[in-house]
Amino acid sequence: MKRVTLALTLALAAGLTAQAADAQTLKTVKDRGMLSCGVSQGLPGFSSPDDKGNWTGIDVDVCRAIAGAIFNDPTKVKFVPLSAKDRFTALQSGEIDVLSRNTTWTISRDTSLGANFTGVTYYDGQGFMVKKSLKVNSALELNSASVCVQTGTTTEQNLADYFKANNMKYEVIAFATNDETVKAYEAGRCDVFTTDQSGLYANRLKLANPNDHMVLPEIISKEPLGPMVRHGDDQWFDIVKWTLFAMLTAEELGVTSKNIDEKAKLENPELKRVLGSDGNFGEQLGLTKDWVVRIVKTVGNYGEVFDRNVGAGSPLAINRGVNNLWNKGGLQYAPPIR
Amino acid sequence: MSTEARKPPPQIALKIRRILGGKAGWNGVAVQFAFAAILGWIGYEIVSNARANLENQHIAAGFGFLRNNAGFDVNQTLISYTGSDTFLRVFVVGLLNTLVVSVVGIFFATVIGFIVALCRLSPNWLLSRVGEIYVEVIRNLPLLFQILFWYLAVLAALPNPRQSISLFGIAFISNRGLVVPSPIGQSGLAPFLAVLAFGIVASLALHFYARRALFQRGQVIRIWPSVLALLFGLPLATMLVFGLPFTFELPQLRGFNFAGGSRIIPEFVALAVALSTYTAAFIAEIVRAGILSVHKGQMEAGSSLGLSRGATLRLIVVPQAMRVIVPPLTNQYLNLTKNSSLAVAIGYPDLVSVFAGTSLSQTGQAIEIIAMTMGVYLLISLLTSAIMSVYGWRVSRSLGA
Repeated sequence: MKRVTLALTLALAAGLTAQAADAQTLKTVKDRGMLSCGVSQGLPGFSSPDDKGNWTGIDVDVCRAIAGAIFNDPTKVKFVPLSAKDRFTALQSGEIDVLSRNTTWTISRDTSLGANFTGVTYYDGQGFMVKKSLKVNSALELNSASVCVQTGTTTEQNLADYFKANNMKYEVIAFATNDETVKAYEAGRCDVFTTDQSGLYANRLKLANPNDHMVLPEIISKEPLGPMVRHGDDQWFDIVKWTLFAMLTAEELGVTSKNIDEKAKLENPELKRVLGSDGNFGEQLGLTKDWVVRIVKTVGNYGEVFDRNVGAGSPLAINRGVNNLWNKGGLQYAPPIR
Repeated sequence: MSTEARKPPPQIALKIRRILGGKAGWNGVAVQFAFAAILGWIGYEIVSNARANLENQHIAAGFGFLRNNAGFDVNQTLISYTGSDTFLRVFVVGLLNTLVVSVVGIFFATVIGFIVALCRLSPNWLLSRVGEIYVEVIRNLPLLFQILFWYLAVLAALPNPRQSISLFGIAFISNRGLVVPSPIGQSGLAPFLAVLAFGIVASLALHFYARRALFQRGQVIRIWPSVLALLFGLPLATMLVFGLPFTFELPQLRGFNFAGGSRIIPEFVALAVALSTYTAAFIAEIVRAGILSVHKGQMEAGSSLGLSRGATLRLIVVPQAMRVIVPPLTNQYLNLTKNSSLAVAIGYPDLVSVFAGTSLSQTGQAIEIIAMTMGVYLLISLLTSAIMSVYGWRVSRSLGA
């Protein structure tokens, strides 16, 4: 772990010139013929490899959608698994083009890392998981508990705030990777495992007896998760930002990967604009006119991506909740494509 | 006309030439200066380049972040620490945790290493085979694997706090660690400590006096009754006058965990055990090599003087072997200290875990934090080397070598 950080840091110290002088990320990606995308080391539903090494998850699909928009080929992505503490250095040093790794949008990360968040792929919040045998029903009953947490996350700071605000004592045991944290929780080193609530459901599936564990009802923080790109390349920032907006717009207009060809034939001005037979928004982004078609054909609209990875169509079975579209009671809202 | 005595030619220029240029003379000096200038220029370029680019990309730089609040907690702190302390304090907390596990590890690695080496050298067949198996098994398995083994094996074997193993009702072992009563200072503490310190200093002074008397005048002075009185009698007398120096606070099970008392966390135990057993295997081989390097005749000379095997080893062989042992032993101490950074795998809050890990990702200031961490490891290693060099020099001197 230390060696990776060290290598990335050296790359950062020595190799910054190339990044600053040549901010043409789109050109670099096209020349390379491959998008380099930073993901987690394995979080089901967000980014995890299956037994054949194929990556799946919401964060993975964001990268596939970008690759689809650029190359019209979802396989042209190289996924780089990163620990929580190596992720920003990898982005700063140019090792990856986009960081799509369940990363919480905070002001300090937006302003001090030389990187920008492009949007919110998943609205999350931090929760707690405990063994049912402890007979705890609320996070407020956790005084003097031992808590396992992954190091280098906002989770660690929220935890400190929450226990302090509620005047409770606790012991924190922080591990470098998600798997080590889960293993220690399962071995009984701690009473409580804490991370983003989606992550709790995902990790519960990894335990030997998922039904012996429960997620407590309290959500103690706001965790808007989204992709990040480097400062200084506004074109690339726009591409990543509008890829997500395109997926949301497609869902809003009822365009799915299955019906997109029929929808493209309709004489609806908004559909014609979005799907590229009218106007040249794609070219203004540096992409092609049919960029939205490419994205939707590659991964589907936002609703399809959600269902397949974390929603009803996945083992996690998480409700849409706040991640529903704005006109269905949720927070997901894309500015108009016009 | 008086003749002036001829002055010796100025030697300073000559000396500079000899130091810097070697046989190449002034040309050599020029080359050395040019080389140093190029090195300095490259270093300056790297620093200023990185600085300018960090600024261009609006990545925060500098050491100002050390004064910001850390906002996270640490589960083993030798000094008081809360989430509202600064990153500088986190740095000190992590450094102390690294130092304490290194010192404990070095102590036990040395003890175990010497014992295993003596086992391997023992004429007893069983003992020497046991020593051999220990060395071959331990040193041929990766350290990270051993750390995880000790951590998960120890954790799996221990019960949860509510079923913890009680040791006479005062100490408790569970998978939260070992909880022992913690001493709380009372009014008698200050005089007690003062008297104890006086006792130790006075005993040491007596010891040196007796040694000098033995070596210089051949006079044997019996000091142990006075030492006993100084170290035990005097403090006991003070306790009778001023009252107990401290009382013990007993740990009590409350809710999830024990309240009160002090606790040794299982991460520390696993890391210390893994580091000391692993390094001991290497130290055992070094000690064995050192002892074998002492001529066999020394052992025979000891026996012919009527000394037992143990006494010969202790008084004659080991002091001579130390000369060979100390330099590679220093290497092992350095390795152990650096290997302690594997702590991050089992959640022990050492310097790499809390500072180069958590703090780095909270602040994003990789260059500053990694530089500080590397600097600290370098400093620890150089200090260890220096201490061992002094020790090695004393060993050599005492042998008149």
